[in-house]
Amino acid sequence: MEMKAQSIKAALDDAGLKWSDVDGLYDAQDGEGGGGLGLAAYLGFKPSVIDTTQVGGSSYEFQTAHAWRDITAGKCKVAVLSYGSTAASNRVAIGTGGRAAPIPTWASNMEGSYGGTLISNYAMVKNRHLHMYGSTMEQFAQISVTTRKHAMRNPEAVKAMTDLQFVGINEITVADVLDSRIIADPLHLLECCMVSDGGGALVIVSADVARDTKKKPVWIIGSGEATKYRENGGDITVSAGAQSGPIAFAEADVKPSEIDIAMIYDSFTITVATCLEDLGFAPKGQFGDLVKDGQLNFDNPYKLTLNTDGGGLSSNHPGMRGLFLLLESVRQLRGESTSQVDGAKLAVAHGNGGLLGGTHTGGTVILAKD
Amino acid sequence: MPNRPQPAFPEPNTQEYWEGVKAGELRYQTCNDCSNVVFTPRRHCDRCGGTNLATKVSKGEGEVYTYSVVRQSGMPGFREMGAYTVAYVDLDEGFRVLTSVVGAADPTKDIKIGDRVKVEFEKQDSGDYPIPVFRQV
Ligand SMILES: [Zn+2]
Repeated sequence: MEMKAQSIKAALDDAGLKWSDVDGLYDAQDGEGGGGLGLAAYLGFKPSVIDTTQVGGSSYEFQTAHAWRDITAGKCKVAVLSYGSTAASNRVAIGTGGRAAPIPTWASNMEGSYGGTLISNYAMVKNRHLHMYGSTMEQFAQISVTTRKHAMRNPEAVKAMTDLQFVGINEITVADVLDSRIIADPLHLLECCMVSDGGGALVIVSADVARDTKKKPVWIIGSGEATKYRENGGDITVSAGAQSGPIAFAEADVKPSEIDIAMIYDSFTITVATCLEDLGFAPKGQFGDLVKDGQLNFDNPYKLTLNTDGGGLSSNHPGMRGLFLLLESVRQLRGESTSQVDGAKLAVAHGNGGLLGGTHTGGTVILAKD
Repeated sequence: MPNRPQPAFPEPNTQEYWEGVKAGELRYQTCNDCSNVVFTPRRHCDRCGGTNLATKVSKGEGEVYTYSVVRQSGMPGFREMGAYTVAYVDLDEGFRVLTSVVGAADPTKDIKIGDRVKVEFEKQDSGDYPIPVFRQV
């Protein structure tokens, strides 16, 4: 919880706002004693809006949408979202570990006997994608290559990889990815996000408060939320982003082709591939043409750039990465990224929470430069 | 014999399904009001909300929709198993199950999406319930 407190303080300082200005508290109920009941007391806030939406890693995109809505409705003026996790220090095997289910549920009784890991859910989506569209292992690997390139330019990402004792903290090639060991067919180690510590906070304020902030604001211009789950006869290569994306783009009145920065939840390469397609950056099944030859690298002339902080694949993934997608989008639109894209005006932060291929959520937020 | 985790009860949605498994049947539901095929088992129709459901017995035949071979697992009962498959199988009656495809000499090479498979009820080292898995035909 202290990580949340320190992150909120840093974010308020960055905006030139005071602790006592906060009147909206958004939290994903993670960590010890947090959530709607305990967190305000710990922090010392007396918020008039408390929102504890918990929909997995995309909780922060959902909460951003809700904070925007609540501020527009006049329910609060200064909202904070925060996150802090010590998954790495606690050695949590998020991807490969088992989950204890002491109380049987509808889901645990139908799935617990098969040893599915978090990773195997994503692996099954990738396998189906390869089968349906003829996509290739090399195309998926390119996502890891671009992400690592950006991570190597981000000192915090390099530090995270160093702390976690990554083998080979350097730029990687498609061959490196395909030579890394398979965790669950057809996903290689270098297609999987790390398990790190991490935290952060975001301040969302009303337009009148934003006029006087220390730094120029970034504007929320569209949002969308959706859920998707396994259905009889359903297509698991299509994510909730296919529903949340068009809603957000319509509200923002922009087209995918106008976006400069795509911050896409990269729990695994397949998550990025499906979400890029579902948000309309590539026709379904054809993300490969979009990511080829480093086209989404920050220094490539192609309009769109992907995951400039180094992503969950190579900078941090403490369990729920959604907040960091928003933070890096803000950095890009303020010109503060370590892989800055010149003239970046529009960014999309798209979170995918839960299990791609199983029950998951998609939260899309579109942001614009001041 | 394998030692997969057992279902646990009371759990009202899935009890009838597992009683079927114990009797050597793969059960699913259909809606008497809108004829929707309901699976995963529950007590209402996920298309119309009605509660007028009928329990049916599947022939247990279908095809592999997708699968993964898990090579690293920390789960009790699986850690020791070596590489094992997790799969979605589409049954001919129109429902999809999460399951495992067993019996392939090398699951990383010998299973393909679209392979025809049939259910079998795999006896376990311990526990009352066999576990439905699928084998290529
Ligand atoms: Zn019905």
